[in-house]
Amino acid sequence: MATVIEHAHGHPVDEGEHYVPLEYTEKDDSLKIFGFWLFLTQDMVLFACLFATFVVLRTHIGNGPDSESLFDVKGFIEETFILLTSSFTGGISTFYMRKKRAIGTVVWLLITAALGAAFVSLEITEFLHYISIGATMQTSAFLSAFFTLVGTHGAHVSVGIIWMISIVIQILRRGITPALSRKVFIVNLYWHFLDVVWVFIFTVVYMMGVIH
Amino acid sequence: MSNDHDTPQITKTFHHEKFPWQGIFGYILSLALTAFSLWFGLEHAAQYGVILYVIMGLAIMQIFVQMFMFMHVTETDEGFPWQSLGLVSGLVFVAAIVIMSIWIMTFGAGVS
Repeated sequence: MATVIEHAHGHPVDEGEHYVPLEYTEKDDSLKIFGFWLFLTQDMVLFACLFATFVVLRTHIGNGPDSESLFDVKGFIEETFILLTSSFTGGISTFYMRKKRAIGTVVWLLITAALGAAFVSLEITEFLHYISIGATMQTSAFLSAFFTLVGTHGAHVSVGIIWMISIVIQILRRGITPALSRKVFIVNLYWHFLDVVWVFIFTVVYMMGVIH
Repeated sequence: MSNDHDTPQITKTFHHEKFPWQGIFGYILSLALTAFSLWFGLEHAAQYGVILYVIMGLAIMQIFVQMFMFMHVTETDEGFPWQSLGLVSGLVFVAAIVIMSIWIMTFGAGVS
């Protein structure tokens, strides 16, 4: 094992059996990738708490609207397809990063961030619409749980967009170094994780909300 | 290092491809699963309880699509992907929090 790593230091090893992608060529970077996996497991627990709260409170609508009259099916289908597509484009940026192709990585990261921005703007529009018809966070337990769960996800996506753009700037200045390849890999891990969380929001919050 | 049997786990753990087939396959799968979930749910093809289990099952399948097609969850330079242990323990907490919260907080709710 050590031989493979030493052999690989700083260079992606491309030949068949001994292939080691760039982000794993330095021990420090592969440890950071493992550390990020551990962060994701904790973030998963955070979202589990918010999902549990939402599921328990979703029928407690008080004098406010219920989910069926509130949610717009076309709107959440759009959000879902935008985020699924952005997860794919993020995966392509990892593909180009592993080929050490800086421009390809940057272009696909920017496409991913742009799709993320489109998603966040749709979500903000959705929230503002709810607030304009009097369905605010204070209206009912259902809406408190809804805005907290979906808003926490939206905040994560917003942070991801800023993070991606900062990595794009670093790549443009330094090219694809082992440290930057690790950053590209990790930001995409984060992004794919958020896509999984959204799939559950789509299923538990929106789909179960409009099916009766 | 010329011996093939020396480090089999390490040499096979990283997936290497010339064209991002895996990503494209994952994208098509995620779209298909979402489309099926939408159709099955919105067409009211079954009773509420059945729909609940089917679309939750589809969502769980999407976890695997993202983890294996995009997140490279099996890849490591350590011989064993230790992140899988973290993920399994995380999923135990997730299941415990969600299932027990629902169980406790809705206990007897059908009666009142």
